[in-house]
Amino acid sequence: MSILAKMKMQPLLSVRDLAKFYGGRIGCADVGFDLYPGEVLGIVGESGSGKSTLLSCLAGHLAPDRGEVIFDTKEGLRDTVLMAEAARRRLARTDWAYVHQNPRDGLRMGVSAGGNVGERLMAVGARHYGQIRDAAVDWLGRVEIAADRVDDRPSAFSGGMQQRLQIARNLVTGPRLVFMDEPTGGLDVSVQARLLDLLRGLVREMGLSAIIVTHDLAVVRLLADRLMVMKGGYVVEQGLTDQVLDDPQHEYTQLLVSSVLQV
Amino acid sequence: MIRSTNIPSFWSPRFCRCDVITISNLSKSFTLHNQGAAVIPVMTGANLGVAPGECLGLVGASGSGKSTLMRMIWGNYLAASGSIMVGDVDVAKAAPREIITLRRGTLGYVSQFLRVVPRVPTMDVVAEPLLTLGVPAEEARARAMALLAQLNIPERLWSLSPTTFSGGEQQRVNIARGFVHPYPALLLDEPTASLDLVNREVVLTLIEAAKARGAAIIGIFHDEQARARLCDRLVDVTQFTPKVA
Ligand SMILES: Nc1ncnc2c1ncn2[C@@H]1O[C@H](COP(=O)(O)OP(=O)(O)OP(=O)(O)O)[C@@H](O)[C@H]1O
Ligand SMILES: Nc1ncnc2c1ncn2[C@@H]1O[C@H](COP(=O)(O)OP(=O)(O)OP(=O)(O)O)[C@@H](O)[C@H]1O
Ligand SMILES: [Mg+2]
Ligand SMILES: [Mg+2]
Repeated sequence: MSILAKMKMQPLLSVRDLAKFYGGRIGCADVGFDLYPGEVLGIVGESGSGKSTLLSCLAGHLAPDRGEVIFDTKEGLRDTVLMAEAARRRLARTDWAYVHQNPRDGLRMGVSAGGNVGERLMAVGARHYGQIRDAAVDWLGRVEIAADRVDDRPSAFSGGMQQRLQIARNLVTGPRLVFMDEPTGGLDVSVQARLLDLLRGLVREMGLSAIIVTHDLAVVRLLADRLMVMKGGYVVEQGLTDQVLDDPQHEYTQLLVSSVLQV
Repeated sequence: MIRSTNIPSFWSPRFCRCDVITISNLSKSFTLHNQGAAVIPVMTGANLGVAPGECLGLVGASGSGKSTLMRMIWGNYLAASGSIMVGDVDVAKAAPREIITLRRGTLGYVSQFLRVVPRVPTMDVVAEPLLTLGVPAEEARARAMALLAQLNIPERLWSLSPTTFSGGEQQRVNIARGFVHPYPALLLDEPTASLDLVNREVVLTLIEAAKARGAAIIGIFHDEQARARLCDRLVDVTQFTPKVA
């Protein structure tokens, strides 16, 4: 099916009135949006604006205090907030991927690169060693990690390689939705560019949807179809990415856009 | 002047004389929140239509709103009121998703400056719109290479990122990207600026071919000869500039 046809279907994820509080402090509140198959949603906002809190609530790492997170599972629409913990974990293994800002949070540092990727396949039921190893080598190749590094541990990799390994580990199971918290933060510019290109290709070829948190407006312009701007836990503006960046409507977004040189 | 644009034959422009792009009563203002919330009205009551195979030139003094009008059609500037029909989509009211779909297959845009992911080879930059439409990679590459050759981009540059190219080379890559798919509607912002005579001629020929296959084109051309050769009609956007009270 073409991406065009997919985009006409129902949302993969529908978020309604989502809120998370830390005691009296707002983590995020009043968040609502639909994400369709094949779409990339960017989330930007200043430090402490609630981006990671929101992403964690969406991915089931944090329990929101209010609201719905409806995901189009293979068994139909389900509110992942109300789901039993075991069912949510299963969904996290089969349908979702979560790319952490720090690769150490998303990798098993004591396990080889190949093992990091293969482990995810085994978690969803793969048992044939040869096939697992082939799939791992194939995915390492896609993220440009040479086959002769497959037995090395991630601790022997550079930061950029670790981040690419984390992406391979997350995508090998063919998830439908990828959450990324600052995936290119801390990488040098040329590694960042290669990663961006890789992500764009994967979105196009696998039709996957992604929600990507970043502080880099140039990155969202090149990667995200739609953009959400957060401030103080609230979404102050959302829309088509180039519209939000070129013709920002909210006071805060105007400040954000005008404070960077050229995006 | 109300013309129906939402009939299915839109997709075969040769058999349809209705407008591909119809703008009605369009207005635009900017609110500068960080400059005392100043409201700057820049356009009011804009109307125009472009038929298949027609090229409409936007003219008017610097700052009169030519680029603003074009960006509202592309959807990166929000309209304050009015409608912008491109095929059967009203860009002024459409959801982001609908605009993304429109940009994939129907509406092409050659902006003044190229914006690309660094490190991506020129060939892939040009082929990308086709890949997004699901064209097989080999065919997309072949079409990209044919256009790059036609636009005189030396073959040794095709595997390099265009980020380090000269201004004129970048502009030609941008043009190749905008012409690689036969969009029924095309927006061209200064496509011949900073090109030498030979390449200017190639670009003019590409635009004429797009007209001949039925594309509806809106262009901004400071190059008067290009304008005279390509444009069937000119619209002076100054007439849409709000009168200061
Ligand atoms: N575990 C926690 N306990 C208490 N408050 C928290 C906790 N986690 C986050 N917060 C607070 O919630 C708010 C939102 O934090 P969050 O981490 O979501 O921000 P962010 O937008 O991801 O910021 P950054 O860009 O710095 O990563 C902040 O005020 C933060 O201090
Ligand atoms: N993003 C923006 N924010 C605020 N004002 C803007 C913005 N974009 C355009 N304008 C204003 O809108 C008016 C029209 O500008 P526009 O760029 O459309 O003119 P133009 O006719 O394309 O001029 P030129 O021939 O110089 O390119 C100008 O007054 C300009 O300052
Ligand atoms: Mg964070
Ligand atoms: Mg202009």
